[in-house]
Amino acid sequence: MTNWVMVAAGAFESACLTAGRALALMGATTTALGHVRRRRVEIVSQTFRASYGSLLVTFLTALFSGMILAFQTGLELLRFGQEASIGYIVAASMCREMGPVMTAIALAGLMGSSYAAELGTMKVSEEIDALEVMSIDPVRYLVMPRVVALVASSLALTVYVDAVGILGGAMVGASSFNVELSIYFRNAQDVLEMKEVWLGLIKAFFFAVSTATIGCTMGLSADQGAEGVGRATQKTVVFSFVFILMLDHLINYLTKVTGIYVGRGV
Amino acid sequence: MLDAAYNRSQTVETDQGKAAGTEAAPIIEIDDLAKRFGSKEVLTGLRLSIRRGETICIIGESGTGKSVTLKHIVGLLRPDRGTVRIGGVDIFAADGQLQEIRKKIGFLFQGAALLNSMTVFDNVALPLREHERPPEAELRKRVLETLELVDMAEAADKMPAELSGGMKKRAGLARAIIRQPEIILYDEPTAGLDPVISSTINDLILNLQEKLGVTSIVVTHDMSSTFRVADRIAMLYQGKIYKSGTPDEFRKSEDPLIRQFIYGESEGPLRRDNH
Repeated sequence: MTNWVMVAAGAFESACLTAGRALALMGATTTALGHVRRRRVEIVSQTFRASYGSLLVTFLTALFSGMILAFQTGLELLRFGQEASIGYIVAASMCREMGPVMTAIALAGLMGSSYAAELGTMKVSEEIDALEVMSIDPVRYLVMPRVVALVASSLALTVYVDAVGILGGAMVGASSFNVELSIYFRNAQDVLEMKEVWLGLIKAFFFAVSTATIGCTMGLSADQGAEGVGRATQKTVVFSFVFILMLDHLINYLTKVTGIYVGRGV
Repeated sequence: MLDAAYNRSQTVETDQGKAAGTEAAPIIEIDDLAKRFGSKEVLTGLRLSIRRGETICIIGESGTGKSVTLKHIVGLLRPDRGTVRIGGVDIFAADGQLQEIRKKIGFLFQGAALLNSMTVFDNVALPLREHERPPEAELRKRVLETLELVDMAEAADKMPAELSGGMKKRAGLARAIIRQPEIILYDEPTAGLDPVISSTINDLILNLQEKLGVTSIVVTHDMSSTFRVADRIAMLYQGKIYKSGTPDEFRKSEDPLIRQFIYGESEGPLRRDNH
């Protein structure tokens, strides 16, 4: 019993320490934003890497998400003869929820883990110490460009994922439920307001900031050689996935209780 | 080429040979430094004063806190107790000054710590690009001159992964001296190198001391290297300086602990302590 209490206390202490480090890093990154212009080459390079490197994965994820969503909702709507409404549901779901969440999950797996591995390797091979000794701030030099790049990529990829998902839904609507494309897209257009897209983009922004911060925090905290880098990478993926879903729910809840967004009752 | 590189440097005192170095004022003063990692007390009140222009070798068994001492001098570690003063400034008292002090220090890491994602040239150019931002032609000239100094100009376009251990150390040294620091810290500069390459590194340390007049702190347990480059030797034992003196004093010492360490004898107080 005492052992369990000790383990739980240790885990809680470790979680608080990690959260504290992540918050401190986020603060330092915000301060370092004044150096965006100086780091523009690195930011562009990192943005290209995150966006281009994720295109195929996000395309496939979005296409099949849209298709599955259309198929499952189509089956239910068919019972009421409302299958023409597939466009409403797919478009609203993709833009509000699935687009930003699927993009964030893909970026956490692809880029968050990569940030943890890169910075972790640099940490254990004393490259981070070398930067500090040369009076080069690792946050300005390594972290800030990655955070800014991931935010930019996440925003662009979310719009792309929304579009591909809606297209996937259209394919299933037309092939499995005989919904004409013109009707599908008109319904999709009807349900979408800028507010829907903005909500998705706001989520994408917060998801990207949290994923990049978690990846960089884990990387900079890595120790004990290759094993430590592996642990940092693993923790980044796990923490990012959980955090993205928690944050998603929190944003949904806040937008509802504050009346910023009340939904359309599709 | 060498002179061209050296001539640019000096705000520091030059030509302080070994003898002169012993009379100069302290540039680094470490007082009552203590550091614990978990239950292991590594430094227990270390006191050491290092004079401007001298080359001091810190020797001692593995795990006695030699590298930990170096990391305190550049502020990579914060002590549990004690102070480190560089040029009279307590580096832990004012974080703002630490960045400025670090610009005067070059650090050769044990594994060289080159940034693996960039070429040797870019590694050496990094401190200049970040702090001085000279025109590209001047930057290129300075980097190539410094690489020439460590006989690495031909490897400028190579990635760190393509270099041998000795080449990495020389590239790391070029990066450490590119901005003509006043103090150079060497963490096990000859560890893992064959005797010929070790000798080259020792020559480089001596060259830099003689031509630039830099203050050098060399952490090592390579005694041939120590006797070759040191003006003074400080032996670390149980978290404190056990003895500090000239190489001759160490050679002639009758202290069994010192004799055992410098002559690498298997029997003696060090062995008994470990058991």
